[in-house]
Amino acid sequence: MISAWLIALLQALLCAALAPLLVGWVRKVKARLQNRRGAPVLQPYSDLRKLLFKETRVAHTASPLFRIAPYIVFVATWLAAATVPLIALDLPTARIADIIVLVGLLALARFFLALAGMDVGTAFGGMGASREMMVSALAEPAMLMAVFTLAMTAHSTSLVSVMEHHLADGFVLRPSYLFAFGALILVALAECGRIPVDNPSTHLELTMIHEAMILEYTGRHLALMEWAAQIKLLLYGVLVANLFFPWGIGAAFGPLALGIGLAAVVVKLGVLGAALAVGETVLAKMRLFRVPAFLNLALLLGLLGLLSHVILEVGA
Amino acid sequence: MSASPALSLAFLAVVLGLGSSAISLLAGRQPRVLRLLAMPLVGLCGLAALGAGVLALTQGGSVSATLPLGLPWMPWHVRLDALSGLFLMVIGLVTSVLGLYGPAYVRSFEYGRDSLVALGGFTGLFLVGMLLVVLADDAFLFMVAWELMSLSSYFLVAFQHENAANRRAAFLYLLMAHIGGLTILLGFGVLAAFGGGFDFDAMRAATLSPGWASVAFALAFVGFGMKAGLVPMHAWLPEAHPVAPSHISALMSGVMLKVAVYGFIRVVLDLNGEVQWFWGVVLLAVGSVSALMGVLFALMQTDLKRLLAYSSVENLGIIFIALGLALLFQATEHSMLAALALVAALYHVINHALFKGLLFLGAGAILHSTHERDLEQMGGLLRRMPWTGYFFLIGCLSISALPPFNGFVSEWLTFQAALQAWQLESGVLRSLIPIASAVLALTGALVAATFVKVYGVAFLGQARSRHVRRARVVPFGMRAGQGVLALLCVLLGVLPTQVIHLIDPVATELLGTGMPQAGASGWLWLTPISAETASYSAPLSILALALIAGLAIWWFKRRTVRGVRRCDPWDCGFAAPTPRMQYTATAFAQPVRRVFGLLFEIEEDRTTGEDGVQRYRLRLTDRLWGLVYAPVARGVESASRRVVRLQSGNVRVYLGWTLATLLVLLWIISGA
Repeated sequence: MISAWLIALLQALLCAALAPLLVGWVRKVKARLQNRRGAPVLQPYSDLRKLLFKETRVAHTASPLFRIAPYIVFVATWLAAATVPLIALDLPTARIADIIVLVGLLALARFFLALAGMDVGTAFGGMGASREMMVSALAEPAMLMAVFTLAMTAHSTSLVSVMEHHLADGFVLRPSYLFAFGALILVALAECGRIPVDNPSTHLELTMIHEAMILEYTGRHLALMEWAAQIKLLLYGVLVANLFFPWGIGAAFGPLALGIGLAAVVVKLGVLGAALAVGETVLAKMRLFRVPAFLNLALLLGLLGLLSHVILEVGA
Repeated sequence: MSASPALSLAFLAVVLGLGSSAISLLAGRQPRVLRLLAMPLVGLCGLAALGAGVLALTQGGSVSATLPLGLPWMPWHVRLDALSGLFLMVIGLVTSVLGLYGPAYVRSFEYGRDSLVALGGFTGLFLVGMLLVVLADDAFLFMVAWELMSLSSYFLVAFQHENAANRRAAFLYLLMAHIGGLTILLGFGVLAAFGGGFDFDAMRAATLSPGWASVAFALAFVGFGMKAGLVPMHAWLPEAHPVAPSHISALMSGVMLKVAVYGFIRVVLDLNGEVQWFWGVVLLAVGSVSALMGVLFALMQTDLKRLLAYSSVENLGIIFIALGLALLFQATEHSMLAALALVAALYHVINHALFKGLLFLGAGAILHSTHERDLEQMGGLLRRMPWTGYFFLIGCLSISALPPFNGFVSEWLTFQAALQAWQLESGVLRSLIPIASAVLALTGALVAATFVKVYGVAFLGQARSRHVRRARVVPFGMRAGQGVLALLCVLLGVLPTQVIHLIDPVATELLGTGMPQAGASGWLWLTPISAETASYSAPLSILALALIAGLAIWWFKRRTVRGVRRCDPWDCGFAAPTPRMQYTATAFAQPVRRVFGLLFEIEEDRTTGEDGVQRYRLRLTDRLWGLVYAPVARGVESASRRVVRLQSGNVRVYLGWTLATLLVLLWIISGA
């Protein structure tokens, strides 16, 4: 029991530690694809370190909520990530929160992120908050539909049970899974603020969504916000990787199983990160009002997945 | 009269409510009496109701009594069982808080022109009406209490009647309350005809054919749904709720709508016998539409209280989705799942009473301190009214169904019930439930957007008008009232297993099965079906949240190289922002308005005035007004124009009509 909690703690720390690496990897691959040399893969760590020790400035007009928000955003995102089985199944943390709680924790983080954007009283902050809430209002139901498809198949909303069911089932190509997979990919792009929904490296004011909300943050507050965003990217990567391709994840707590689990998830994330980089190089950012069509597609895919499951697969 | 302490406490609550009303009526021109005596009595009445409800829930079973009132051959029956107990508790929770909040709030009316006699008198009667509805055990007392509740709340809506819009809202409310009351009466008529009596025991014993049971269901659904504000019968709600004084709005939105839910559950699950599966489908459909339309209209509002009223439509939609699931599962003989869905609905009933009460009290505090209901004039209130600001934040987080607050638990339970749809045999039903849950998910996300808008525009940023900039902290009583509700919101979010344990007797009483497995893995873990299927540990998640956040803050406090320094906002280096450059509530809602544009009737124009100033005007109306209400109103008008022809003004013609009516009646009687 104690060892299980220790491994859970280790996994949570690993989540936070690996997140900047994933972002560094994506940036590196993207740079190479664009014939640039790019910053080192470990650059995000240096950025975080620099920000954490820099002086923190807060606008005169900011309320206390502005200073609390980074902590809540970071902690809620991290807690959500800690409940996703990363290298081993059946951890005690996974029982604290199921898929719906995970979506709820991310929504909590987003709520405070949007409020922080509106707090200083600048036009850009409000703009970012308004757009973020619109995007998430359409993305969140799509996400729930996608995970409900999996949950209904496994008869459980616990991530561990879903993965165990999938592992026990072997490799079966279900139409519902394909739909859910498509939906989850689209949602992940929107929620993590990647191209074609939002551009993480934009500095053009009118196209920003996520960047507009954290525009007023500096120093350690900014570091926490950035880190939370990186953890969120990792979280979605792990969700996509481990929910649909759970093979390799450690079923026992032995060092060998954990080692294989870690290696497996690093490889899976590496592939996903490279795919993301290719996608971001090939695609252009959409106009804001094309985004709802994109997300409606995600919602539709999710719903189709759920319907094809209950109609085609339950009785059969 | 009765030996049961729970029933005695309930009677005490009724007597206290009547007492509060009588004192206000007698006090006449002494405005202070209302504040010092009548409002505290309301609070005591709430406490008594709360005690009665909790006792009835924990003791189990039911107690009944016959009152020496009513008609000679039809005395009034009262009965207190688990279902009544739960709703007594809901009434008691919000009402007892008003005992704290009310005295300070009504003080602002002491120097106005409005009649405090009416305010105090009708508040007491309103409470008594709601208490008696919940206690009634025969259709006669139920209808008397129901009308008492409707009529007294009409006078409270019309309280500030100098304003024509308020009078219009009150009239619309009165009209729709009476159409609803009429259909409820007809529903009871169907049940009484088969049961052979107006008391509920006779109705329970009766067996109805599926056709007649469905007629009774339809009548009850329309009647109670009208009171609960389900779309398309919601038109009165966003008009009537905001114009009442804020503590009454809290009562109307938080409690009166729940009394309608009580009536519906009582008639459909208790009195009406065998449940049909398509009732559940109707509820799912109407609930989904209400939830989605309610939240979309809420998001578009700029009047804070109106926004909260629309959000009540949405929350009642969620409750009815959960009830629909309960009916579906009950009709297909999955009682365990039906119990889960019913518990989810009842949990949301309690939650909505708490957070909507809290938010209306918060809106009242803002109104008290700034005389402003318009979001576009607010801003920066968190720094001017910190207590109200933090309590309101808890309300916003709870209503947006975010963990670890209470709204999340009930929504989570509803999702869990919906996810058991695979157990149903019928493929059609299996595919309907996911669509309803998609709507529920969309609603949840839009609610979060709505309350980010409310909180961000009202409490954050900078003040957009001078009187908001000078807002003052409200008196202690008002803060305490909000604080109690905020605390309850947190507690109900963190300790779900205890709450479910409290609600469980209701499910056992109505469906024959409870949720014994909910707390089977200990109080830390909420496992509605089994530990493998789903589990949620609110205490542990809040512990982890607090622990990590505490550690992070401690680490920074210790290691910080330099402290936080204040500076001007950056804003991409543009000119220093003024309050007018902030995003407004209308601007915030613009993307969603555009995405869901088809659902609204939008009039929008930009004009340049003679002074060269550009003006933007936006008018957004409910399409249902044109589609449903206007044709009905026109139909009624043309019908009444035809009836006018009978009224010639000639006495002989009138006598002729009277004679003809008499003859027809005599003929009918002799024929029978």
